[in-house]
Amino acid sequence: MANERDIQRPRGAVRQEAKATAAAATAPRGAARHQVTLKAKSQSWWRHNLLTAKEALSRLLQTPLPTLMTLAVLAIALTLPGIMYLALKNINALSQQWQGGPRVSLYLQASLPDDEAQRFSQELLLRQDLQAVELISKAQGLYDFKKASGLGDIFDYIQGNPLPAVVVLQPVDQTAEAMTRLQEEFSALPEVAEVVLDIEWVKRLAAFVEVANRIVVVLGGLLALAVLLVVGNTIRLIIENRRDEILVAKLVGATDAWIRRPFLYTGFWFGVLGGLMAVLLIGFSLVLITEPVNQLIGLYQSGFVLQGLSPDEVVILLASGLLLGLMGARLAVGQHLQEIEPR
Amino acid sequence: MIEFSHVSKRYPTGHDALRDVNFSLGRGELAFLTGHSGAGKSTLLRLIMLMERPSSGTIQVAGQTLTQLKSAEIPFHRRRIGVVFQNHQLLFDRSVFDNIALPLHISGYHLDDIGKRVRAALDKVGLLSKEKLNPVTLSTGEQQRIGIARAIVNRPQLILADEPTGNLDPELSAEIMRLFMEFNHHGTTVLIASHDLALINQMDCRVLTLNQGRMTQHG
Repeated sequence: MANERDIQRPRGAVRQEAKATAAAATAPRGAARHQVTLKAKSQSWWRHNLLTAKEALSRLLQTPLPTLMTLAVLAIALTLPGIMYLALKNINALSQQWQGGPRVSLYLQASLPDDEAQRFSQELLLRQDLQAVELISKAQGLYDFKKASGLGDIFDYIQGNPLPAVVVLQPVDQTAEAMTRLQEEFSALPEVAEVVLDIEWVKRLAAFVEVANRIVVVLGGLLALAVLLVVGNTIRLIIENRRDEILVAKLVGATDAWIRRPFLYTGFWFGVLGGLMAVLLIGFSLVLITEPVNQLIGLYQSGFVLQGLSPDEVVILLASGLLLGLMGARLAVGQHLQEIEPR
Repeated sequence: MIEFSHVSKRYPTGHDALRDVNFSLGRGELAFLTGHSGAGKSTLLRLIMLMERPSSGTIQVAGQTLTQLKSAEIPFHRRRIGVVFQNHQLLFDRSVFDNIALPLHISGYHLDDIGKRVRAALDKVGLLSKEKLNPVTLSTGEQQRIGIARAIVNRPQLILADEPTGNLDPELSAEIMRLFMEFNHHGTTVLIASHDLALINQMDCRVLTLNQGRMTQHG
C-alpha cells in the first residue's frame, strides 16, 4: 500500500489511484471507472484486515485436528518457561518470609539454668553492635519443636528437657567478616556451647535463585525459538498449499503486503491461541500441585500461599505468544513468498 | 497502448526468445499474435505483464516505460491489464463469484461495488446464473469464459489473452473471439496470442507474426 505515492507520476489517461477525490465517487461511472477514493481505500484496508483475520481463523478451524496439534506444541513450549518462572516467583516469595537478614544463633550450655540464660541475653541487649536479641528458652524451644515436628509425643517418654536455650542475634553489620568475628567472640564465652551462622544458607539460597533465574531465561529463549520455528514451518506448509492462489493474486495485481496479510494473521492466531492455551495449562498445573504444596507448607507452620500468574503476567504471556507467532509467520512469509513468482 | 522498440529477451540458458522486436499497438486496437509454438508469443506477453524483464530494448505500456518501474510498482501496473490464460487459472477452492471478485478485492473495491461489477462481468460472458457454483463443475468453455470475466471485471485498458481458445472446439472458440471483439468495440485494447490460423483468418484483424523470436509481420 505504501507504493502508491511512487507511481503518482503522469502516465496519460491511466488509472489514478489515490489522487481521486470524494466527488469522484458520485461522478458518472463511465468517466471515473477506475477511480478508488482515498477514504474508500483506507476503509477497504481496514475491512480487508478484518476480513483476512476472520478468514485466517476460520481456515484454521476448518482443519481442527492439525491446528489443535500445532497449538498444543506452542502451548507446551510457552507453558514450560511459565511454570519455571512461577516456581522461581514462589521461591522468592517464600524466602522473603524469613524476615530480615542473616542471623547468629548461640546455643547455650544445656546445663545453664533458665535465670542464667535470661541474664546472659539481657547482657547482650546492651551491646551496640546487635540489632535484635531474642531468647528462646528451653521450655519455649520444646514447645516449638513439638508443634513443628509432630514428634512431641517422644518427649513424654524422655525425662526432662534435652533442648538447650538459644539466643538468636541479628547483628548491625551483616557482612560475612563481621559475622565471622562475632562467631569467634561468642564461641569463647563459657555460657555458649555452639555458634551457628545462617549466613551460608542465605548466600546459598541467593546463588541458587540466581542459577535458576538464568536457567529460566536460557530455556525460555530456547523454547521461544521452538515456537518461532513451529509457527514458521506450519505457515510454510500453508503457503505451499495456497500456491495457486498466490500466483493468480500476483498476476491480477496483488501487492506483496496483500499476499502476506493472511499468513501473518494465521501466525497471529497461532500465537494468541497458543498463549491462551498456555495460560490454561499453567492454571491447570497449579490446581494439580496446590494440594501437596499446601500440605508441605502446613508442615512448616507457614502462612505462605502458592502464587499463580498475576493479570500482568497473563498479558505478558499472551503478548509473547502473539509476538512469536507473528515473527514466525513473517520469517516464513519473507522466505517463501519470493519463491512463488508467476512464470 | 503498447510499444516495443528493439526488444530482445535472452534466457540464462542462452536461448533467445525474442530478437530485436519492434511493433506498436494503438489505443483501442485489436491484434492477434501468432507464430509456431516456441516462437516467443508467451514471452512477449510475459514482458508486457512484467513477469519478466527484457534483456535489452524498451517497452512502453499506456505511456509508461516498463523498464523504469520498480518491483513495488508492478502490482499497480498489472491492475491495468486483464489477462486470460489458456489454462484459465481459476481457483477451485471458491465459487465462480469469488474467483471473479479476487481482482476487485485486491484493488480495494467496496463490497457493494464488487457485487455489481462481478455480476456485470458475468452477464457479459453470459454466465450470470452460475455465480454460486464451483468452477470445477463447469465445462471447459464455461471455465474459459469465467477466466475472461475475471480479466475484464476490473475494466482494464488492455486485455492480454494467451491461447484463449487452445482447448476449445471451433464453435466455442468463435464465441470466445466474439467476446473479445465486443470488448474491443467498447474501446479496450486487445492482444490475443493464438496459433489458430483458421480462426484468425476469419476475423480480419491485424496480425503480428513471430518467427523464432523475430517479428516477421506487423500487420
